[in-house]
Amino acid sequence: MSPTQPDRLGHWGRFGGRFVPEALIAALDELETGYRKAFADEGFRAELDRMMREYAGTPSLLYEAERLSERAGARILLKREDLNHTGAHKIRNVLGQALLAKRLGKPRIIAETGAGQHGVASATAAAYLGLECTVYMGAEDVRRQALNVARMRMLGAEVIPVTAGSQTLKDSINEALRDWVSSVDSTHYLLGTVAGPHPFPLLVRELVSGIGVEARRQCLDRYGRLPHAVAACVGGGSNAMGIFHAFVDDADVSLYGFEAGGKGVETGQHGATLAAGTVGVLHGARSYIMQDDDGQIIESYSISAGLDYPSVGPEHAWLKDIGRAKYEPVTDAEAMDAFQLLCRTEGIIPALESAHAVAGALRLAPTLAAEHGDEATLLVCLSGRGDKDMETAARYFGLA
Amino acid sequence: MSVAAVFERTRAEGRAALVGYYPAGFPTFDESVTAIDTMIDAGCDIIEVGLPYSDPVMDGIAIQRAAATALAGGTRTREVLRLVEAVAGRGVPILVMTYWNPVEKYGVEAFARDFAAAGGAGLITPDLIPEEADEWLAASDEHDLDRVFLVAPSSTTERIAATVAATRGFVYAQSIMGITGERDHSPTAAPELVSRTRAATDLPIGVGLGVRNGEQAAEVAGYADAVIVGSAMVSCLLNDPDHGMERLRDLTAELAAAVTRRPIDA
Repeated sequence: MSPTQPDRLGHWGRFGGRFVPEALIAALDELETGYRKAFADEGFRAELDRMMREYAGTPSLLYEAERLSERAGARILLKREDLNHTGAHKIRNVLGQALLAKRLGKPRIIAETGAGQHGVASATAAAYLGLECTVYMGAEDVRRQALNVARMRMLGAEVIPVTAGSQTLKDSINEALRDWVSSVDSTHYLLGTVAGPHPFPLLVRELVSGIGVEARRQCLDRYGRLPHAVAACVGGGSNAMGIFHAFVDDADVSLYGFEAGGKGVETGQHGATLAAGTVGVLHGARSYIMQDDDGQIIESYSISAGLDYPSVGPEHAWLKDIGRAKYEPVTDAEAMDAFQLLCRTEGIIPALESAHAVAGALRLAPTLAAEHGDEATLLVCLSGRGDKDMETAARYFGLA
Repeated sequence: MSVAAVFERTRAEGRAALVGYYPAGFPTFDESVTAIDTMIDAGCDIIEVGLPYSDPVMDGIAIQRAAATALAGGTRTREVLRLVEAVAGRGVPILVMTYWNPVEKYGVEAFARDFAAAGGAGLITPDLIPEEADEWLAASDEHDLDRVFLVAPSSTTERIAATVAATRGFVYAQSIMGITGERDHSPTAAPELVSRTRAATDLPIGVGLGVRNGEQAAEVAGYADAVIVGSAMVSCLLNDPDHGMERLRDLTAELAAAVTRRPIDA
């Protein structure tokens, strides 16, 4: 089996698969057949390409961060997904899935959201394509992310606060799955990352893989060579998979995923599922997850709500096991230092998620410089912009 | 007693079996033992013990709340096995309904061994489909445990055939496209699903999700081999902690009477 393609049932090695109620299998089969047909259809691809270009604003820029590079000691290239419409890589996934939902004859989409970014992106795609949209969001997050809730409602989506369980993202996914079991004839579950049951990890990867395809071409065009390493933050793992995929077969390019180390992995308050989790089943797939000795899911923690998820996409679990990608935790403090440094050196305010990738790149830079000298080049996925995180950042730095 | 023996008996008696679900540890370990004893005394033919789980995607609000209480009270896999041991040997087979992760974390073979040793009869696995179940198929063979997989109104004929081929004990037919919980209307998709399933197997077929009273149970008993009731049982103690056990006894008795209404030669 090629590392980049799962088997017929969606397994990458021992990871992935379908651990869902039987009632959902027909919908997953329909989705898989539908997406394979759609991707083979030139008309669908052309329409999606047009939407990506004319609406989402891709290809996104590849930007050489010179002042940051000076501080890091290696050339740092930022893939500017923060400049996409709605401010993150997520627009690539939601436009593709929403267009697919329309093609499958499903007039309604449901989505789950933590901090609200995927919810906003889903509501945006639904408005753009004329679909009904329901977003499940933890009740606590609804209170904390009032602005994003207002954005979703402004875009015409219904936001349903989830009061079950720990009232966090994982419970929103459970609630979305419960909705989907009951409404599968008319509804597409627009899953927000490369997790969940097959074919979602594969489908989402295909939709976001443009990040890496573009960046690879941009590197070759501009520098005539590939970067020595590619770095991205990993929560569920969609922006990382999106940028990694184009480089997986480039054996000389190292792949690094940086997870939410939170208050330190040793404190238990983190979201570093690959670095510190164990293998188990959550939200329809086998992967690394955060669980106790009895297999009950432990709440994750990160200063970045977008990385606050106790599982991770199964393909990342596979890349870790075969040694193709390395995954390391980055603490809140490291991420916030990198956040501030990027603001001050480049005039770019990143999402807190992306700040984890920048922090990881800063950690990697000296090693790369020692190996490759002045040519040392690091490609970093700047997955989103930090407007949504201003309140957290201002509080952290004592500015509010 | 085995599940197969129960269905031999209920078939001979010309009636459906009554399967009652109750979550371990709700509201306390001891009260869950009492609740299950009550259900057995009042006429349940088979007991499903729920293993409380943090992320129950198939469960409606009543069972979610009960599971959350049980988890907060410290109920974990070992307590569930202890509960099985406490209620086994009452002449009623004890199945455990569990999401897959706790079993996998315990170790599939080890769970099968310890569950069988506790007197358990088999597992109902709402988020495990046969394609993902190789390890469980082997362990359940090794320890002679039943394995109850689900079929749903959305299941294709091919999937029903593959699912029943992997099933032992009885087939769990999900009566509606939805989650657990009591409903006012009888499940309209269930008769067709039972008929499609019956065309693929001689195994008994139980219908679950949504049955809350004797009238609905009698209707389901008219075409299925077992009537499975969960949320309505749980709600007795959830909604009326002071008189929950009496309500549970009365509801079980009502349901048990209802599933015997079918004429012997029907």
